[in-house]
Amino acid sequence: MSVELVAYIAFFLTMALTYAVMCLGLNVQWGQTGLFNVGVAGFVAIGAYVSALLTTPDAPDRFGGFGLPILVGWLGAALATGLASFLVGWLTIRLRADYLAIATFGVAVTVQLVALNLQSVTGGPFGIGFIPRPFTNLAGDPLAFSLLNLGVLIVVVVLLYLALEHLLRSPWGRVLRAIREDETAALALGKNATRFRLQAFAIGGAIMGLAGAAQAHFVGFIAPDNYVPLLTFQVWAMLIVGGSGNNRGAILGAILVWAIWAASAGAIASLFPPEQQARAAALRIVLIGVGLCAILLLRPRGILGEERVVSRHLARLRPTRRAASKPTLPES
Amino acid sequence: MNPQLIMDGLIAGAMIGLGAIGITLTYSILRFANFAHGEMISWGAYLALATSGLLGSLSGALLKPIGPFSFGWSLPLAVFAAVALTAALALFVDALLFGPLRKRRSAIIIMVMASFGASLALRSLLEFIFTSKPVYFSKALQIALPLGGGLRATPDQLLSLTIAALLVVAVHILLTHTAIGRSMRAVSENLQLAGVAGIDVRKVIRTVWVLGAGLACIAGVMAGLLVQIRPYMGFDLLLPLFAAAILGGIGSVPGAMLAGLIVGLAEALGVQLIGAEWRAAVAFMILVFVLLLRPQGLFGRAE
Repeated sequence: MSVELVAYIAFFLTMALTYAVMCLGLNVQWGQTGLFNVGVAGFVAIGAYVSALLTTPDAPDRFGGFGLPILVGWLGAALATGLASFLVGWLTIRLRADYLAIATFGVAVTVQLVALNLQSVTGGPFGIGFIPRPFTNLAGDPLAFSLLNLGVLIVVVVLLYLALEHLLRSPWGRVLRAIREDETAALALGKNATRFRLQAFAIGGAIMGLAGAAQAHFVGFIAPDNYVPLLTFQVWAMLIVGGSGNNRGAILGAILVWAIWAASAGAIASLFPPEQQARAAALRIVLIGVGLCAILLLRPRGILGEERVVSRHLARLRPTRRAASKPTLPES
Repeated sequence: MNPQLIMDGLIAGAMIGLGAIGITLTYSILRFANFAHGEMISWGAYLALATSGLLGSLSGALLKPIGPFSFGWSLPLAVFAAVALTAALALFVDALLFGPLRKRRSAIIIMVMASFGASLALRSLLEFIFTSKPVYFSKALQIALPLGGGLRATPDQLLSLTIAALLVVAVHILLTHTAIGRSMRAVSENLQLAGVAGIDVRKVIRTVWVLGAGLACIAGVMAGLLVQIRPYMGFDLLLPLFAAAILGGIGSVPGAMLAGLIVGLAEALGVQLIGAEWRAAVAFMILVFVLLLRPQGLFGRAE
């Protein structure tokens, strides 16, 4: 395999994994808790901009550029986005279920507007450049550079995955599911549904912010155009395709949908004449929209689907129950 | 302060109000926030544009401006066809997407997500067919007439305001004084009970789509006539629509219209005070304040 191909695959996977992180965040909100966030792009943008402001070198024409280490930027991004999610959740989660959807939609529109217009902080339509990339000292060797970047994101995704799986199986995760499945029953058991939902929404938001920061540092440049509603939509498609409620599904869906997306971009570039490419791109979005609706109708569980039983206490009971109901089947 | 902002606000508000009526009806009767409603506005405008162009190519006399207005008879005729086509589109989406989900008793939030997907597909389809270049019903420039008190308005604007006012009164009478209106209110109170009491729930649902899509189409034509037609015109109105529906109180038609006017006026004021680039944030601020202070809206009931 040639060096270019390996470098390209590493680049592709790194990009896909930044989407996987967004998907994992959305999975905490939607998959585990049933909170509908229509403003994923807005929360990702908050993370990207916060981290960019914290880590870029001082810029004379705008606020900030504090030149802090990348790690500080990422943590700051997660904190700031978590806080923003907490505020939005605090405002709406106690109200009707879809008020949260409308409010998050408003957040996305407003964040986009701020990124575009508040030139003294966000750089306006041109965005922020010169965002430090990890391992810049190795930029001369594209292969090592891209593989190391991929390594960083693999570590982030694996750590997040392990932490979220632990949370999912913890008493906290089981309460979230209980609230999602039957709120009245959970309330009767003395669980404060609003508080648990709020915590899940803030944690999911923080993960999205982290994803935004990671993506910004990987690409090295951000602009308001990166955070349009289409991004929200792609992340949703990834989670639904992979299987909402399942963390492995979220990662698989991200890689799969990103592969389809990248491949279709290549197909459009080679099949259509330049003057028709904008139209063909619109058609591509139509197909993704129809595809999402079709999955909702035909296979709402997605590819992997949700694990029904996550409690290790129940897992001990399960084999006996299965043996009792279907005595002819051998135990798996 | 410039009194003209009142006129700008009223006109934007009338469009927002007409759209918000559809949102508030689907919300109270079908019980989900329909993110695809903005697309009915855009599709309505494009359908009217296409029909009007077709009529104009059949007979040039239809393009001759009527009296003081900027458009010929082709447009009013096209509006009737476009309302019917937009309603058909809404019924088609319902039959294909929302109907099966309803039958499966899907969670509300799945319906919201499906509407989000439908919105993206419908909008991009418009962009595919008509490209994203803005288009206009008429290129003619209109002279604004002085109305006194420093207010000026073009004949098109005055006509649009009058039509919006008449439509709101008509929908309000339909809901309060006719059999189908009573059925609609019954279904919005309690769907199961209404079904048991012999109300044809499917007919009510059809009426909601037809009414919502029809009003959205007219709002789209107004926006096309007074501003311009773009594939994103409806999507950009979505946040003001939701803000107006919630501010007015979910389920209240007069509330949606009044709140639409409030949102429109607030936007005009915001444009004057802060700058046109922040227009879209005004609706969000209103939304935040309503959710903080009075989540049931002006005319809604607390749950």
